[in-house]
Amino acid sequence: MTTMAILTIFILSVFVGFEVVSKVSTTLHTPLMSGANAIHGIILVGAILVAAEAKTTLETTLAILAVVLATINMVGGFVVTDRMLEMFKGKGGKK
Amino acid sequence: MNSNLYALLGLGVAVSFIMALKGLSAPKTARRGNLIGAFGATVATVIVFFDPAIEEGHNTLLIIGAIAFGVIVGVPAARKIQMTQMPQLVALFNGVGGGAAALVAIVEYLSLGDSASIGEVIATVFTVLVGCVSFSGSIITFLKLQELMTTRPVVFPGGRFVIAVTLAGALVTSGWVITSGGTNPLLLLAGLSLLFGVLFVLPVGGADVPIVISLLNAFTGLTVAASGYVLQSTLLIVAGTLVGASGTILTRKMAEAMGRSLFGTLFGAFTAKPQAQAVGGEVRPVKSGSPDDVAILLNYAQRVVIVPGFGLAVAQAQHTVRELADLLAERGVEVAYGIHPVAGRMPGHMNVLLAEASVPYEQLVEMEEINPTFPQTDVVLVVGANDVVNPAAKTTPGCPIYGMPILDVASAGNVIFLKRSMRPGFAGIENDLLYDAKTTLLFGDAKDSLTKVVSALKAL
Repeated sequence: MTTMAILTIFILSVFVGFEVVSKVSTTLHTPLMSGANAIHGIILVGAILVAAEAKTTLETTLAILAVVLATINMVGGFVVTDRMLEMFKGKGGKK
Repeated sequence: MNSNLYALLGLGVAVSFIMALKGLSAPKTARRGNLIGAFGATVATVIVFFDPAIEEGHNTLLIIGAIAFGVIVGVPAARKIQMTQMPQLVALFNGVGGGAAALVAIVEYLSLGDSASIGEVIATVFTVLVGCVSFSGSIITFLKLQELMTTRPVVFPGGRFVIAVTLAGALVTSGWVITSGGTNPLLLLAGLSLLFGVLFVLPVGGADVPIVISLLNAFTGLTVAASGYVLQSTLLIVAGTLVGASGTILTRKMAEAMGRSLFGTLFGAFTAKPQAQAVGGEVRPVKSGSPDDVAILLNYAQRVVIVPGFGLAVAQAQHTVRELADLLAERGVEVAYGIHPVAGRMPGHMNVLLAEASVPYEQLVEMEEINPTFPQTDVVLVVGANDVVNPAAKTTPGCPIYGMPILDVASAGNVIFLKRSMRPGFAGIENDLLYDAKTTLLFGDAKDSLTKVVSALKAL
């Protein structure tokens, strides 16, 4: 990828990120933070990539540790967000 | 896998994350949004094994084992945690994410060796620096929220100097890694960044901790984006940037909801001075009442506003408080809940808790709407809240919560506090309202007290 292409993706993503949460209600601050937290668990993909290409023992050890940590972040994050939101179910969804 | 197909699937995952964040911003779609995000993340995790960039995959079984281990640790933690402890769990998950990003950057740096371009080295340095700060900072916020350490700002003599030196050291080391490279400087950078993360969060006072969690969350997002640059993964760039950008907005909104300047919260570390403790020794009289007194006050009121706080969450008293509210409503008392945006330990904490007890959404009234109604309110029942009703936020410039919007309960006819003790709230400041003539205190665990009031009310 060229640097320009990466920069374009980056800048556009910044604006999408700003826009997409601009109307969040206070009630949902915590679940939204928790959901965003789960999404950055996608570093798991990066961890798997480096683990698959790790050659030395040191690299492998660190990469596998990264896989474990990233999995906890991602899976735990989505589960805990779902639990928070479970509480809202069946509400009229007023506002 | 065909590289176009792979890229297309990656794009689909990126879109699912946008939809997840969008869904999470509205109550109706929130749960579905989260599930869409989880689905996207699962797809991404499966297809990465077929990434055409991997020439010969090593360690496949080991990786699958590690994922399984992560699931075994993460899922039960998320399932079994109590509602009151969710904020610190989110902090912890954020921290391990930051740690993972830093590790990925270190491993990639080791394997690229001298072939790394200057841009890749800069992105690596950024990821290690910020990822480590996020990791150690989140651990400290976890310890604070779990009350494994003091929730008050920790300020020590020369603290500002130590923090400044650590940050300067980390930045100089960053420059060292970028200009001459090498594993040892990179590890030194990781060490300094971990230390900086600790020092950065220590002086943050209890009430500001949620803002810091949100900020560290945005930081971790940016490290993921930087890793995406090094690993040439569009998905990581998009997902990381989305979290970084939305996290920044969210952090600002939270700070606004608490009436804090973001700058003041963050750089409290540099400006905070060790504060003199509130004047001790002076014992002022308070009026404490029995459950019967409280029941009588409530029974003969026209309008009652219940203000829940962290004490309600700790005591798991949400069902009991609802029972009380229902009983009062049956007797013709108008009941509403006054919800401060940051009551509890996180914005929206009380809404979630009361929703669990099936309190009708319409009864939960936000601060701006309920404040003008307090003069017409006969009784305010404060259940385990303190800082969010503390008039010091208006009257005492210089106190840690000065400027925070509060629930104006002092303008109501009577105020009843259900408290465990006279101990000050999370922010560690005295509340003058407790000594006011119109205030009645009922000491004890919120659930016990509420149960007693309910039975006293039934006996009336």
